[in-house]
Amino acid sequence: MPANRFNGFTDYGIGLGLRVPHYRHILERKPVCAWFEIISENFMVDGGRPLEVLDRILEQYRVVQHGVSLYFGSADRPDRAHLRKLKALVRRTRTPWLSDHLCWGSVDGTYSHDLLPMPYTFSAARRTAGKIREVRDFLEVPICVENVSSYAEFNASEMAEWEFLAEVAEQADCGILLDVNNIYVSSENHGFDPLDYLRGVPLDRVGQIHVAGHTRFEHYILDTHDHPVPDPVWRLYDRAIRGAGVTATLLEWDDKIPSFDEVHAEALKADTYLAGARAADPR
Amino acid sequence: MKRRRVPAPPAGLRPPPRRVPAALRTDADLRALQRWMLHALVRPLTPSDGLQPRWLDGRPMAEVAAEVIRPGGRISPFERLQIYSRSYWFRLIDCVHEDAPGLRALLGERRFDALVRAYLAAQPSRSFTLRNLCARLPAFLRAHPRWAGRHAAFAAAVADFEWAQTVAFDGEARPVLGAADIAGAAPTRLRLRLQPYVTLLTAAWPVDDYVLAVKQRDALRSAASHAVDGVASRAAARRVARPRRQRVYVAVHRLDNRLYYKRLEPAACRILSALAAGRTLAAAVAAGGPRVRPAQVQAWFAAWMGFGWFCARGKN
Repeated sequence: MPANRFNGFTDYGIGLGLRVPHYRHILERKPVCAWFEIISENFMVDGGRPLEVLDRILEQYRVVQHGVSLYFGSADRPDRAHLRKLKALVRRTRTPWLSDHLCWGSVDGTYSHDLLPMPYTFSAARRTAGKIREVRDFLEVPICVENVSSYAEFNASEMAEWEFLAEVAEQADCGILLDVNNIYVSSENHGFDPLDYLRGVPLDRVGQIHVAGHTRFEHYILDTHDHPVPDPVWRLYDRAIRGAGVTATLLEWDDKIPSFDEVHAEALKADTYLAGARAADPR
Repeated sequence: MKRRRVPAPPAGLRPPPRRVPAALRTDADLRALQRWMLHALVRPLTPSDGLQPRWLDGRPMAEVAAEVIRPGGRISPFERLQIYSRSYWFRLIDCVHEDAPGLRALLGERRFDALVRAYLAAQPSRSFTLRNLCARLPAFLRAHPRWAGRHAAFAAAVADFEWAQTVAFDGEARPVLGAADIAGAAPTRLRLRLQPYVTLLTAAWPVDDYVLAVKQRDALRSAASHAVDGVASRAAARRVARPRRQRVYVAVHRLDNRLYYKRLEPAACRILSALAAGRTLAAAVAAGGPRVRPAQVQAWFAAWMGFGWFCARGKN
């Protein structure tokens, strides 16, 4: 299912995260790239160079918005002023879908600027799904929620993470941005089989996939986005697209960022797996 | 065991729950869990960058963490919480380091680091974007000058200047007023508004020269290190000499989306400040003082309008 209602019935192929060190290269050389994912918050400003750069990018490329501060799982209600800014950006970019994380990160108006794990409870799933619906109705754009990498699970959880993701996605009737690196990182940190995760997710709701690198420490793995994608993550990606179909795929590389060409070449490795998935299921 | 008196929470945070409910059945339960965890994250780290060994009420943190966080594998609940706490602190500290290079150069690494941690402990972020993280740093420095030691007043001026740069970089631009828009308007009734991205500063030191010198130093270091992302390493920071006292009047602004600092004559700054305060054109020009010549005022306004500094007065 290359195109579905969760990604605006698009077929975007392999994209890259738009990052500051690459601005000059992109604006001057105009390299071929199927699409760019922007961090919404970087452009939720009132003026100046960020919006100038964005407008120039929009003249040449397709852009999809990815957010880090909607905090669907926070107990706080959505902030209307925040949503109005986000909606203005949605109109500017004409993003066919918008993604943010299945997490919380603020409470009582104080922000952690982190993607904090949810307690996997039915009550939290109900509340989170309600918030996703409210945001989607306000923004008038399909929403995909992304699974986060995590380092802690709560005693109060009533189900596995993938069951929680499925519960939220079904109740909100939203899409999923499946981050296979995050699945791998969490599986190592919590000791579950990443294939159980894939088997438990409603793959027909997957509108986009993230791949990335991570850093392994002695007792845990950190989701650092500062390395090429390791083989186990590519293997998980392969399994994911064989289940979900050929899906818009994005490489995240956020720290120790190499040249544009190097990052792009890493992303295009996904083509090998996508070709395999196409051959296996030529829909 | 005797329980400690729970200290007052940092600005904006509600007190944490005494206990996180074992089962989270309601929205209030979810909020309790989130308040607890946020309090755990924003507490200052130990000198070795670890999680505090005791909770706010004096109980061992390992015990408190185990009540909420599931054990498993080779890392304990305490260590799992510590990963998040470190991540929180390192991310925010890095952000202030990037946004306040002048302050960092002035104070040196150790004092600057202590200031940043004290600031973040007292004033956790109240904005969805890290762009606003340093908005309250100048006021914090003025309220707590001890963190800058003998540099306190200069440090606050540098912090003002660096925040003004953030505002100039991506602050709102309103439709520019041109000469035709105000032609024929009576000066006694005409009120001009400064663009929101323009900040007027008066400082007892040439903060603009100082911050420029720091930027040039960092640019040289960055070029020398061949850093792809242009971020110089923290370790090699060298102090930039503090300038001599000299009162300066500066407008921090942007033109064609590039940052600029424009030195102003004292009278010009008084006029612009009066306009920014909502006074009429006639009153603002009068605020410039009796020695200001009409031709001088005319030349200033021609330059300011050329920069696009004036916009119509809106609802705000």
